[in-house]
Amino acid sequence: MSDFVSDFWGIWITAIVVAGFVGLSLLLFTQSKTTVNKGEQVKTMGHVWDGDLEEYNHPLPRWWMLMFYITLIFGACYLVLYPGLGKWQGIRGWTSVGQYKEERAQAEAKYQPLYDNYLKQDLKAVAADPKAQEMGKRLFQTYCVQCHGSDARGAKGFPNLTDNDWLWGGDPKTIETTIQAGRHGQMPAWGAALGEEKVKDVANYVMSLSGKKHDAERASRGKETFGTICAACHGPDGKGNQQLGAPNLTDNIWLYGGTEKTIIETITNGRNNQMPAWKDFLGDAKVHLLSAYVWGLSNNAKAQ
Amino acid sequence: METQSTYNYKVVRQFAIMTVVWGIVGMLVGVIIAAQLVWPELNFGPWFHFGRLRPLHTNAVIFAFGGCGLFATSYYVVQRTCNVRLISDKLAAFTFWAWQLIIVLAAITLPLGYTFGKEYAELEWPIKLMIAVTWVVYAIVFFGTIAIRKIKHIYVANWFYGAFILAVALLHIVNSAFIPVSLTKSYSVYAGAVDAMVQWWYGHNAVGFFLTAAFLGMMYYFVPKQAGRPVYSYRLSVVHFWALIFTYMWAGPHHLHYTALPDWTQSLGMVFSLVLLAPSWGGMINGIMTLSGAWHKLRTDPVLKFLVVSLSFYGMSTFEGPMMSIKTVNALSHYTDWTIGHVHSGALGWVGFITIGSMYYLLPRLFGRESMHSTKLIEAHFWLATVGVVLYIAALWISGVTQGLMWRALNADGTLTYAFVEAVKATYPYHFVRFLGGTLYLSGMLLMAYNTFRTVAGGRAVDAKIPAVNASAHA
Repeated sequence: MSDFVSDFWGIWITAIVVAGFVGLSLLLFTQSKTTVNKGEQVKTMGHVWDGDLEEYNHPLPRWWMLMFYITLIFGACYLVLYPGLGKWQGIRGWTSVGQYKEERAQAEAKYQPLYDNYLKQDLKAVAADPKAQEMGKRLFQTYCVQCHGSDARGAKGFPNLTDNDWLWGGDPKTIETTIQAGRHGQMPAWGAALGEEKVKDVANYVMSLSGKKHDAERASRGKETFGTICAACHGPDGKGNQQLGAPNLTDNIWLYGGTEKTIIETITNGRNNQMPAWKDFLGDAKVHLLSAYVWGLSNNAKAQ
Repeated sequence: METQSTYNYKVVRQFAIMTVVWGIVGMLVGVIIAAQLVWPELNFGPWFHFGRLRPLHTNAVIFAFGGCGLFATSYYVVQRTCNVRLISDKLAAFTFWAWQLIIVLAAITLPLGYTFGKEYAELEWPIKLMIAVTWVVYAIVFFGTIAIRKIKHIYVANWFYGAFILAVALLHIVNSAFIPVSLTKSYSVYAGAVDAMVQWWYGHNAVGFFLTAAFLGMMYYFVPKQAGRPVYSYRLSVVHFWALIFTYMWAGPHHLHYTALPDWTQSLGMVFSLVLLAPSWGGMINGIMTLSGAWHKLRTDPVLKFLVVSLSFYGMSTFEGPMMSIKTVNALSHYTDWTIGHVHSGALGWVGFITIGSMYYLLPRLFGRESMHSTKLIEAHFWLATVGVVLYIAALWISGVTQGLMWRALNADGTLTYAFVEAVKATYPYHFVRFLGGTLYLSGMLLMAYNTFRTVAGGRAVDAKIPAVNASAHA
């Protein structure tokens, strides 16, 4: 289908708009001449439908005509001042993109210094500043709650940020890197390579690592498989590897769930998870405040 | 044969009864989804989920309740004001049965999740085709009857019905243009901003021609009839008719303010929405001023109350609409409950009231009675409906403005003052009041159903005789 990008459409629409304004004004003007003298009886049109349906022919109410003219004049002025007639840009040179950029620039000028104040400070110092924590919290409530929840405790597939358990590392600098550049966590699917039985064995071994109830026989068989395959990322002791974002499997904290069914699902199909990068959208200063806030979520409480 | 000397009331009766039936069904679904917004636990499974019931509600009230009301009244009005029987009984009967089949298919396919994905145009392509065919037949019956009229002048109500039939055919066919991929799935032929523009050109003119022009046709017959007074001004009806049907066509882009739609098209949408105020009010003035000299009848006649209050709501929503189309106001109102409140002040207040009033006029005449079974019940219906609408729209005004203000509130550091969920929490009590308002409105409809049942049971189907034309009145 055409995207209507040719100049013809703008001209065509403009012609109809102008004709429409002229037409409406003429219609109104030609019908506005009649008046009724005081005390004069208005007559009906002389037509009767369905027994008793008739029509008077009162003149158009003055206030109504005035209102009509005012909207037409307002509309015509608006179309001179603002874009509306095809390629005509309007005298004021307004565009929605221009307005957006202008408002954004004003906001940056007003608010950015507040954030820049903290950029020079060490993240732990920012985390200790109650005012900075308040600002960080408000940023979090705007940009992070959609996935991590308003209590920052996450949800299935979205990490809990309050428990001091970290997929990629929990020191302030690493958190800042995570927010700046985002993360992409991937676990390959092992279902086809291992087959159902072996997957179930490994799952039981994984459950045993966190001290969960498990089938001991399966777990002992699974341990061998774990050593040859899973240990590459999760480590021989299952404590994970923050370089790769490979979770610690021994702490009974689960990103997707710790039931046998869910663990089997994870091993069989693998997992693919992404946190977006915020550097370009928020800028360094806001990311700095957010990093301090997130670090503070699981460390400030301890300090108190 | 007798049919040559009588009007075809059979098809009018059928559509009139189904107006009441579908009104109750559509509004019941509305009350259910209003309840789901207050108590989310009421979303059972995919078929009974808000996302699927909402289009069922809108389709049922607009096209089933409103549609049957328009078929019934337009067939009645066109016959009586042309002094001639419908041009074809068979084709008229076809429109009735086809329209009912379409409604039933909608009620089945929408909860099952089949959707074209365009608002107010959700039905999938096989049903879209059926609608197109039925509409063409409707046009043949209506304009065919006009063509064989025995009275030279075409009464104003018929201009509005005629404009509605033509415009809806155009809107439906252009907006529904589809590429089918299977029997149950198709895609729009348009893409991106063009698709959005076509959709809201359709969507707003569904309001303009289906829910406004057509019901003005209803108004122009039933208000003067029930008031027993001549229409206030022929001149005004000419001016506002032509201004209305020209201007409405342009208002669609106000649904797309601050989107990827090019700036200049947004401006045009806003300007013409403002220009639309006077033409819209022309209908209200003509209706209300028709009553001058008959105001005393309002005290005793609840049918007239329905008709007059409908005009008040019409005037209010056609003032509110242009105001909301102003970009600055729209920046606050868009995407909030205010929009839903606005729609319902038009839908419940204007469309609902004028239809209910017209049905109370029509039903006794179709079943050979002087009046409805109980005037007291009409009075009770009137008050239940009025309180219901007022609660509904007031609640959503407050809720909508609250949302709009909370979404835009900023802290001293430029961050948002409220997380989204806080605005959701703030609207909770108003959503309950809206549910209450809807329930009251629905209970009024149940009274109407009972009253209709007793009226029909105590009467018998009649077809009025076509009187001889008084030639001198149309020289």
